[in-house]
Amino acid sequence: MRLDAKIPAGPLPQKWDRHRFELKLVNPANKRKYDIIVVGTGLAGASASASLAELGYNVKTFCIQDSPRRAHSIAAQGGINAAKNYPNDGDSIWRLFYDTVKGGDFRAREANVYRLAQVSNWIIDQCVAQGVPFAREYGGLLANRSFGGAQLSRTFYARGQTGQQLLLGAYSALMRQVASGKVRMFPRREMLDLVVINGQARGIVARNLVSGEIERHEGHAVVLCTGGYGNVYYLSTNAKACNVTATFRAYKRGACFGNPCFTQIHPTCIPVHGTYQSKLTLMSESLRNDGRVWVPKTPGDQRKPSQIPEAERDYFLERKYPSFGNLVPRDVASRNAKEQCDQGKGVGDTGLAVFLDFSDAIKRDGRAVIEKKYGNLFQMYEKITGEDPYATPMMIYPAVHYTMGGLWVDYNLMSTIDGLYVLGEANFSDHGANRLGASALMQGLADGYFVIPYTIGGYLAGSHFAEVKNDHSAFTDSVKEVQERVTKLLAVRGRRTVDDFHRQLGLVMWDHCGMARTNEGLTTARARIQELRAEFWQNVRVPGTGRDFNQSLEKAGRVADFMEFAELLILDALARQESCGGHFNDAYQTEENEARRDDANFCHAAAWEFTGEGKDPVLHKEPLVFENVHLTQRSYK
Amino acid sequence: MSKTIHLTLKIWRQNGPGDKGRFETHPAKNISTDMSFLEMLDVVNEQLTLEDKEPIAFEHDCREGICGTCGTMVNGRAHGQLKGTTLCQLHMRHFADGDTLVIEPFRARAYPVIKDLVVDRSALDRVIQAGGYISVNTGNAPEANTLPVPQDRAERAMDAAACIGCGACVASCPNASAMLFVSAKVSQLALLPHGRPEAARRALSMVRAMDACGFGNCSNHRECEKTCPKEISIVNIARLNREYFKAAFISQEN
Repeated sequence: MRLDAKIPAGPLPQKWDRHRFELKLVNPANKRKYDIIVVGTGLAGASASASLAELGYNVKTFCIQDSPRRAHSIAAQGGINAAKNYPNDGDSIWRLFYDTVKGGDFRAREANVYRLAQVSNWIIDQCVAQGVPFAREYGGLLANRSFGGAQLSRTFYARGQTGQQLLLGAYSALMRQVASGKVRMFPRREMLDLVVINGQARGIVARNLVSGEIERHEGHAVVLCTGGYGNVYYLSTNAKACNVTATFRAYKRGACFGNPCFTQIHPTCIPVHGTYQSKLTLMSESLRNDGRVWVPKTPGDQRKPSQIPEAERDYFLERKYPSFGNLVPRDVASRNAKEQCDQGKGVGDTGLAVFLDFSDAIKRDGRAVIEKKYGNLFQMYEKITGEDPYATPMMIYPAVHYTMGGLWVDYNLMSTIDGLYVLGEANFSDHGANRLGASALMQGLADGYFVIPYTIGGYLAGSHFAEVKNDHSAFTDSVKEVQERVTKLLAVRGRRTVDDFHRQLGLVMWDHCGMARTNEGLTTARARIQELRAEFWQNVRVPGTGRDFNQSLEKAGRVADFMEFAELLILDALARQESCGGHFNDAYQTEENEARRDDANFCHAAAWEFTGEGKDPVLHKEPLVFENVHLTQRSYK
Repeated sequence: MSKTIHLTLKIWRQNGPGDKGRFETHPAKNISTDMSFLEMLDVVNEQLTLEDKEPIAFEHDCREGICGTCGTMVNGRAHGQLKGTTLCQLHMRHFADGDTLVIEPFRARAYPVIKDLVVDRSALDRVIQAGGYISVNTGNAPEANTLPVPQDRAERAMDAAACIGCGACVASCPNASAMLFVSAKVSQLALLPHGRPEAARRALSMVRAMDACGFGNCSNHRECEKTCPKEISIVNIARLNREYFKAAFISQEN
């Protein structure tokens, strides 16, 4: 297999315009002859479904939740970037592009990132027109704020609920198309297989989560918008239903998986407090605009924060990174928190936390100002921990949050299977080895509103399609496989629950493939995962039947895929013998403990090809060519 | 400080919409007060699974109070007794050792039970389909700062837009009315200049859809406002009524 990223020729700023001109068009009357399947209804899926339906395509949209409005994009708090330069502080498309490439530690494709920056402004226009209630200045114009990893204010926000408001905007556009009959909505469905016929993605097999029925859905193209795989760590800021199944099933049908080891550990989360814990809660990193991160200077200092005098506190981010201070990118902030805790300076009952202190900001701006900016976040913190962050510093610790890796896609967002597109967090494309704050919302909506509507037309107009009905043998075979797997999971009837296995898998991953990785640890983890997977199929207990609403069965299928996928993630981490962004291998660091890239050998995107059950996947490399930015050691000092 | 409590749960079990349903009693032992309500249910379900019984079906997803998936009645209150809180954000420190908790699904004619505590709230999507949007195709939008929105108006629109669509307002209303839900969307879009062109049609159409889905009308009990985890105000219902009457009497829409 040869990876072709299909990056258009020409100077960077003109690539996308030129490409849009060169793409073939589907005439308006012909669009209704094409059926497009969209899986997932987060920012990418909802915006893609609505936009494709508006163009005239027949869209079938699937989600695992009871309503498309509940996709996990809803939980994004902080904001969405755009290069509007409203604050007149020096922003431009070029600077947003540059910041994103640098923030990703030079492991993303220049052309994709530039396009992302270019369409960022249209996204804001579109969302405002939909009625998204962004924050505004007194004069009625849109407000901006700064955000981690940037030295200017380019982030648009709707209190601490930006993801919710953007998603509800996209959801409302989707609902409008459902009402018009151009989108058929299939909620409470889980995609369990991709159907490939003559090398083209032609449909999916999905389980109806209420009736248990295994359904077949055919189409001319399939668009996966199924989010990231952070839950492979069990504890993460992802929602409970987030999973890798759709993308992993596509991988098994021939779509290469890109950079699975690029995972993002977010610095500002509420620390773990017990073994029963089911998920971790993110506190928006916008808090780092006003909160100061610190630990006691002396290891093992058990005093209350109020009793530790100023001189005995170490504001370690401000000390080490004077120009960015508390606003360093997420990977840097997370690794530094871990480093402090490893030195015994962590706080709280577990010693796995650092303070995030607002007392200076409250003194400077007054409680009312802080309350207006962060009120809902402070309230959320108090609900979970029972402590009042206006009175005592918050305690935070890094947690798995986002996955930059995902299915490999070309410039058109098409995977290595013809007609299989992958959008949003589910693909690997724009964030390299580390994502900057307020960029996920931007990418999800860029892909759905402004990229896929053009690129899918080029494919549909330029391809020949055999007539395919859902009784085709490829569908029948897939249904049989899916059914057998369900039966097999129910038949084990062992002594351990699905959650029990998932928790153990998560611990192995967190301990050995988390914020800092070593070759030895990764090798150990691989062996442990293989053992655990073998035990899973011998000893898991899945109650109930496959013929009705069965949440244990849903979870079991997802965990079974995580068990296999975890090994792929480890293999990728082992293959990448350098440190970059969220992938930090202890053996490769600068004297100041920053990630040390190896551009001579690893300036590529890794794309893993499935070669059969029980066989090692094959690694393909897409060289990353930087013609417009100079590769440097990332510095935030 | 965290401590451990023991509880008795009286939980509604129902195999499907056709099943009559019944309460079952289960102990919930050694519950840490730091747990969330849903984590407490997780613990009970792990135990039931190991005892070869079927775990209790309940809905949940983000577990941080924003997706609107979770929600049951706890001792007769939607999302439990704590103000401005979803069930996933209700922590066990608000219960006492020895408490008995009665846990039931949200009940309304428009919410058929799927299983145990899981109900079908798709009627809320159908109400949005009737007009809970601004008709703007991708690419149609003018530059974002073209229409200024006074800050206080934008803030009020945001207050209304905070609705998470959990449907607790319906479950706590004696009429099973969805007026708070509908009014939140109508208000958000009515307050913004971008939403004005379709305001009349939206109000009429969404109210009509609400009636067709089997939700009741509002008779000012204010239970919805009391129970709403996002503390959406019934001021929005007043605004919906104004928008509705204005549309019904003055506009050309019908």
